Amino acid sequence: MNYSVIVEVALREGIADPEGATIERALPALGFTGVTNVRAGKAFRFEVEAADEAAALEKATAMAERLLSNPVIENATARSAAPG
Amino acid sequence: MTRVAIVVFPGSNCEYDAAAAMTQLGATAEFVWHSATDLTEFDGVILPGGFAHGDYLRPGALARFSPVMGAVARFAADGGAVLGICNGFQVLTEAGMLPGALQKNRGLTFLCQPTTLIVESTASVLTRNATKGQELRIPINHFSGAFTCDDATYASLVANDQIVLRYKENPNGSRGDIAGVANPQGNVVGLMPHPERAMSTLLGSVDGRVLLESFLSVPVGAR
Repeated sequence: MNYSVIVEVALREGIADPEGATIERALPALGFTGVTNVRAGKAFRFEVEAADEAAALEKATAMAERLLSNPVIENATARSAAPG
Repeated sequence: MTRVAIVVFPGSNCEYDAAAAMTQLGATAEFVWHSATDLTEFDGVILPGGFAHGDYLRPGALARFSPVMGAVARFAADGGAVLGICNGFQVLTEAGMLPGALQKNRGLTFLCQPTTLIVESTASVLTRNATKGQELRIPINHFSGAFTCDDATYASLVANDQIVLRYKENPNGSRGDIAGVANPQGNVVGLMPHPERAMSTLLGSVDGRVLLESFLSVPVGAR
């Protein structure tokens, strides 16, 4: 069966995030005050063929660690996405 | 050494600059396509600048899985001299052959400008003929050049004398002003600046020579 998965990749805590910082500085100019701790990242959405959801997430996590993220500076989390 | 392999990935664009610099210094440069799996006939290996595999995902993220990278790793494990310039440095960090990672520049701008580097260590194939503290004028040309690593890695880089070059004035937010690092053995080096573009007074500097001459002066029997 195919499982729809989302992998989110973000810079680890403590790693400078110039994109996040720039977005955070821009928001008040548009009237969005009170927004803090903005972190920019990437999201990947795909379908994984697996026996069950746990196996699909395990496979997605392995993909994230091997290719989709650089573990030296980034964290990756895999979660199920609602199909469709 | 006389025979240098210059690895060409789809998207490399500094291979001719690197080859011209090698030729200028009396060596023979040969382009090696990224599908190659054997580098044993060469005396040294250069991963040039550019945008290997389009820099898709992250710079170097896909290039590290090119077939040639297995051969580069074996070449380095045998003690061979490996130099990654700019995108080549990014590839070597993604491959785990050098510590740390190269992140987007602080300020999020592409930087193309001369920089002044300070030789921090002469215990590497890139700086063996240079002098500690020597200042070199060499250009940078990158978007993701901010060297990043955790505290423990930084401490080990200092303890093992692996910080090869630092910027005199930090252009990009690199941790510790780092412009280039080596592996613990000193035979694998990566740097963001382009020594191959500092080979002629006509182009503003000849300070790349001492670095690339160092690289070429590594005894072939070293591996």
